[in-house]
Amino acid sequence: MAEELRRTGLYDLHVARGARMVPFAGWEMPVQYPMGVMGEHLHTRGHAGLFDVSHMGQVLVVPKDGNLQTAALALESLIPADVLGLAEGRQRYGLFTNEDGGILDDLMFANRGDHYLLVVNAACADQDIAHLQGLDGVEIVPVTDRGLLALQGPEAAGVLSALIPGAAGMRFMDSAIMDWDGAEMWLSRSGYTGEDGFEISVPAARLAEFAQALLAQPGVEPIGLGARDSLRLEAGMPLYGHDMDAGVTPAEAALGWSIQKVRRPGGARAGGFPGAGRVLAELADGVAATRRGLRPEGRAPIREGVAIFAEAEGGEPIGTVSSGGFGPSVEGPIAMARIPSGIADGATLHAELRGKRLPVTVAPLPFITPSYKR
Amino acid sequence: MLKYTEDHEWLRAEGDEIVVGITAHASEQLGDVVFIELPEEGREVAAGEEIVVIESVKAASDITAPVAGVLTAVNSALADAPGDVNADPMAAWFFRIKPTEPGVMDGFLDEAAYQALIG
Repeated sequence: MAEELRRTGLYDLHVARGARMVPFAGWEMPVQYPMGVMGEHLHTRGHAGLFDVSHMGQVLVVPKDGNLQTAALALESLIPADVLGLAEGRQRYGLFTNEDGGILDDLMFANRGDHYLLVVNAACADQDIAHLQGLDGVEIVPVTDRGLLALQGPEAAGVLSALIPGAAGMRFMDSAIMDWDGAEMWLSRSGYTGEDGFEISVPAARLAEFAQALLAQPGVEPIGLGARDSLRLEAGMPLYGHDMDAGVTPAEAALGWSIQKVRRPGGARAGGFPGAGRVLAELADGVAATRRGLRPEGRAPIREGVAIFAEAEGGEPIGTVSSGGFGPSVEGPIAMARIPSGIADGATLHAELRGKRLPVTVAPLPFITPSYKR
Repeated sequence: MLKYTEDHEWLRAEGDEIVVGITAHASEQLGDVVFIELPEEGREVAAGEEIVVIESVKAASDITAPVAGVLTAVNSALADAPGDVNADPMAAWFFRIKPTEPGVMDGFLDEAAYQALIG
């Protein structure tokens, strides 16, 4: 018998708003509202979309000796990124790697002065926490009494600063703790849409009230997981479990940019994370295949699992679509796939859809121009 | 006369032909339709044969031929405006079919039976 699905603190709000609820990573989540995926996507790019991402894992990493450097170095033993060099009040993207150099999860981590705040994928949260608990010198504190919202889109800053005036002064990837009506709010200026926006951790007891206060503002609509997926796909952002997993390395996932110089050969803290030998060698020497963008000709979406061929007829597949669908803002189908390195942008490949080979053009990621507030 | 299939198609008899589309319920379940692949006019099809591909923002699905017959017309305007299926599903017809055998409409669901099906 299947395990019972967990519900976020906004379940009743989703249902009252007419959401279609679906199982996702052990949670019962809204996939779309009556506006529909296309409308929700375009609303987010034009105004402001409110996403319930309370299913994601929030974890504090606290140094037992009170010295933040202890926590930074502990995290650097699991994450190939510059944790120590991240300034207070700033957030960074990173990966957990395994001994083979594969990606266990992707995450955001923020320096909050005396500890780090991590946000990890819902489906990986338990595994990540167990992984972190193997670290010496730090206390791992899963945050279980808060929900998480994302407010995304060109009107997000105006909407949020009406409730939390300090939000307007934040820059892209800033992390801050601010007050809203007596509640301690954890803000970051970031998201998963390619738009300017915020992620806001809210005490569980005030979550529904705060979400309602945001939705009461003009220009704000609730957005489901369907549009979250098409928004991140247009923004060229990989989805864990699809575009990368434990068998895919940072270079193969085109995420080498998340590994700063200080962790690479010649850097002061080069290596020292699981799979470092392979991960760093691949960054230097290249890999056989990497994640790229694809633009199918015509309107037919090519989805996850579709085989990619070099030729219009015959031959063996050279890759498989890892994420794909219709991009409402680009007004056409878009996809990502790992294909052999060295194929130029603009090259024509072929996707086999329903027994027919359709031309697809290799395209740079992202498919849209992000509008972050730098 | 309007009838329905259990696959959420609507069938409208016009002379000795049947016009076929999908119901409002089906279009809601599919979500925003972004791509439609229509069959060739004049093609002879078997009952149950998958002849139209519909891609929504969520997934691909098929429309089958409700009866055996010849496709006398397809609504090629839909290929350029797939969203019409969501906007007005009863107007967005996919194809007309001339059944091989007469009287085939009798076997399909009437309005009351279809409403009972979708609850």
